[in-house]
Amino acid sequence: MILAWLIILLMVGGILAWIAGRFNANFARWIALLTTLASFLISISLWLNNPTTTVKATNWMMRYEVPWVPQWGVSFSLALDGLSLLMLLLTFFLGLLSILVSWREIKTKVGFFHFNILWVLAGISGVFLTMDLFLFYFFWEVMLIPMYFLIGIWGHANRMYAAYKFFIFTQASGLLMLLSILGLYFIHGSNTGSYTFNYFDLLGTTFPPAIGPWLMAGFLMAFLVKLPVVPFHSWLPDAHSEAPTAGSVILAGLLLKTGAYGLLRFVIPLFPEAAQAFAPWAMLLGVVGILYGAILAFSQTDLKRLIAYTSVSHMGFVILGVFSFNEWAFQGVVMQMITHGISTGALFIMAGFLYERLHTRDIRQMGGFWPAIPRMGVFASIFAMASLGLPGLGNFIAEFLTLVGSWQANNLLTIFATIGLVAATAYSLRILQKVFLGKNKAEHPLTDLSLREMSIALPLVVAILWLGLYPQPVLDRAKPSVDEQLEAYKKPTIKPEIPAQVTLQTLPADTVRLLNTKGGIHALK
Amino acid sequence: MRLSDLYFLMPLLILVGAATLNMLVVAVKRNHKVIFGITIVAHLVAVFTLLQLNGSSYQIPPFFVMDGWGIFNLGLILLTSLFVTLLSYAYFEQREERKEEYYLLLILATLGACVLVISQHFMALFLGLEILSVALYSLIAYLRTRERSDEAGIKYLILAALSSAFLLFGMALVYAVTGTMSFPEIGVYLQSVSELPLLLLTGFGLMIVGIGFKLGIVPFHMWAPDVYEGAPAPVTAFIATVSKGGMMGLLIRFFSQADAYRYANLMLIFTIIAIASMLAGNLLALRQKNIKRLLAYSSIAHLGYILVAFLAGNRLGVEAVSFYLVAYFITSLGAFGVVALLSDTERDADQLEDYRGLFWRRPATAAVFTAMLLSLAGIPLTAGFVGKFYILASGVNTQQWLLVLMLVLNSVIGLYYYIKVIAAMFAQTKSVQERRKVLHPALSFASGGAMAILGLLLIWIGVYPTSLVQLIRGLLATFMTTF
Repeated sequence: MILAWLIILLMVGGILAWIAGRFNANFARWIALLTTLASFLISISLWLNNPTTTVKATNWMMRYEVPWVPQWGVSFSLALDGLSLLMLLLTFFLGLLSILVSWREIKTKVGFFHFNILWVLAGISGVFLTMDLFLFYFFWEVMLIPMYFLIGIWGHANRMYAAYKFFIFTQASGLLMLLSILGLYFIHGSNTGSYTFNYFDLLGTTFPPAIGPWLMAGFLMAFLVKLPVVPFHSWLPDAHSEAPTAGSVILAGLLLKTGAYGLLRFVIPLFPEAAQAFAPWAMLLGVVGILYGAILAFSQTDLKRLIAYTSVSHMGFVILGVFSFNEWAFQGVVMQMITHGISTGALFIMAGFLYERLHTRDIRQMGGFWPAIPRMGVFASIFAMASLGLPGLGNFIAEFLTLVGSWQANNLLTIFATIGLVAATAYSLRILQKVFLGKNKAEHPLTDLSLREMSIALPLVVAILWLGLYPQPVLDRAKPSVDEQLEAYKKPTIKPEIPAQVTLQTLPADTVRLLNTKGGIHALK
Repeated sequence: MRLSDLYFLMPLLILVGAATLNMLVVAVKRNHKVIFGITIVAHLVAVFTLLQLNGSSYQIPPFFVMDGWGIFNLGLILLTSLFVTLLSYAYFEQREERKEEYYLLLILATLGACVLVISQHFMALFLGLEILSVALYSLIAYLRTRERSDEAGIKYLILAALSSAFLLFGMALVYAVTGTMSFPEIGVYLQSVSELPLLLLTGFGLMIVGIGFKLGIVPFHMWAPDVYEGAPAPVTAFIATVSKGGMMGLLIRFFSQADAYRYANLMLIFTIIAIASMLAGNLLALRQKNIKRLLAYSSIAHLGYILVAFLAGNRLGVEAVSFYLVAYFITSLGAFGVVALLSDTERDADQLEDYRGLFWRRPATAAVFTAMLLSLAGIPLTAGFVGKFYILASGVNTQQWLLVLMLVLNSVIGLYYYIKVIAAMFAQTKSVQERRKVLHPALSFASGGAMAILGLLLIWIGVYPTSLVQLIRGLLATFMTTF
């Protein structure tokens, strides 16, 4: 029940913030902040109340399920395991920071802004928690519209274009996933006679070999676009660079992670055979993404666009790891999701701070800021180091684990992926060099980080250091879930003797067909 | 004719009575409020009598049948017409023309649609269709001093008459072959022949022209944008919902009673029509600057979506059509309701420019309109999403991959122009436009209340569709046994 309350809390908080914003902008800010803080504290208490050491029969810490549309087998089904909990913590942590970061930046329609922030967070939490595919799609879409408004109303100059592109890309891919969900639903239903969208029931559905890859393709489209993987990435630089700082943080830190989460949670366990067949191609796409993202990042002049392309590069590691199918790689992916969320979020926040001072994102107009704003310089260099994968910071652990895992799956591609690390060094150092070193190009005196800004940046540094120096709690927390996702790959694959039956009728023209039998044995209760 | 038939025809008789009463009242003294009141009460009483019929399945040979499908459609039509009436008051109160006959015509048009959905005989079908059409001719051109009203009215008159001629000819051919005009008996005849005689196929083809015209599907859609644009906003809402829904109800009844689903030729025709409607509707809507035209093209596309579920041809398909009709009716009423609400005495608020920055001027209206547009686009939390989901489910269930993929593709195209309107509403405007003169609050209360109810219904069905699904399944139980 507490899981449902988390989502309801955010949604109600959003509405309250909107209403309060009509009277006083600060009310809206405080309501949003306190709501997110409450959610954050709830998830911390969930972490503390469920120690990892206790051996339990199931790794699901809690489940909550009530029927929603029983006629279709849809239930409001939420469940929490280690992976979801980690993702929730990340969601609320970045949520808090994005509210804080907008405190001064957003001056118009403050109430509606915070409504959107809280509803995005609610949608994302829903995606991380739900164990019903209909509900999953529902939340998947719910998080889009507030994000669209965040980009479209409070974004930079070219915001409408970016918002359109973001919305249409994600919506199109999401609809393909919906088709796959329906296909899965009907195949499972005709195999077993029970029509349900429940994740646990659908696990282990057997498909005819011809259909499995198509169903997987639908899911993959949604997740690969969201992640994004290279041919589908073109929405990302626009959306990231035009969004307000909070929007960029949520996009890079959280929305991309829903794609990675979807791969881990749905594609891997639902389609073991199809996924294995697709794995070499997926890994290739991952490596292409790593290198392509890095090269493009290096050649950008727009600071936020540059950071956006680093996301493309980093997310390449995620898909590389996911399709390696081993525990090392999966742990690496989970770490990458968290550390990338923090480090890239942090870089966007730094870009936002710079934008507030300079009103430009063009790094050609920056340079030599270190003497003027040393504190920001220090923070920015820590985050840049994290982004390039310096040992001691979280991203190193993530990328190291991923590469170790993917080496076992594919040597050649791993070598190319490793080159990506070198490229990461190049573009990360370029940020520092162009912005903070060299000749001072500031036309007017810059102010260093204020107390509020420091209090935003410090937790990020602490988090990234903690993840780099002592990642064990996270790894322990993720382990049971990771094992569970890999379950289907450990067993020797026993193919069913008789392939599942397909109901594909081909009738010659003008034959007499009884209507009631059409549509299989779709049971109407 | 038996006496008990009257009980089952009560909703229709009440409409007839209300129309007569309105006419008499107008003869005595013109009063907008009184006529409005009579119309509302008549609708409510008709709905009430309809509720008494719930669960019955009653034949009134040879013309009518009152079964679950009929009751569902009657309820939908009556409620929609009620909402149109509610929206009309404030709209016509602002206008100089004589308002009272409008309600008379509206009731007659509703009556026509009601006859249509319970008919099981060509005569009743044609009777209903003509009552509906003739009332619509004058409704469309009601504000005849407007620039485009006459054009729209005459266009509709000519094309509707032409399509009626096609329909009649088609019926004549079917009658010539089968020797009967009643749907079940046509079904019996079709069972006896192994394949469709050419003459019968021609007859069906000609009938599709007539039906397709009323549904506004490609290639019979040309009238839609002009008529939508020229007609007064509440009338446009009526055409988009009751007129099309009534025809859809009839089409499904005809196909299921005559068991025409099993003919691949007919299915192929409808498949092509469905795909063409979706594509043409959405592509043509992309560049519209006029909201009413945009919604006209969008409704062409939506009828294409409904045909996808219709083509599933099974129980799930009919359920999906029913659900989508409800969602689409609520959405269309809401969207045109907003247009009506924002219109002033000079012209309807149909330019995209009228909506720029609306959210910051009239947040509630803009929020309702946003919800309606998102529902048309099929975004979750709205009824449109569940409807689209239902249609996709019925398509996937019968493995019509081509249609389903076209639907997905079109949803994405459609998204673009719906967002365009939403984006305009949320755009920041420099100049603060002066607020329009607001009517007396009591006058716009009916419209405002109607819009609020529609918005809540939209969200309610979108979040918790269970009760509506239950209702539809319950009603279809009596229809499907005759399947």
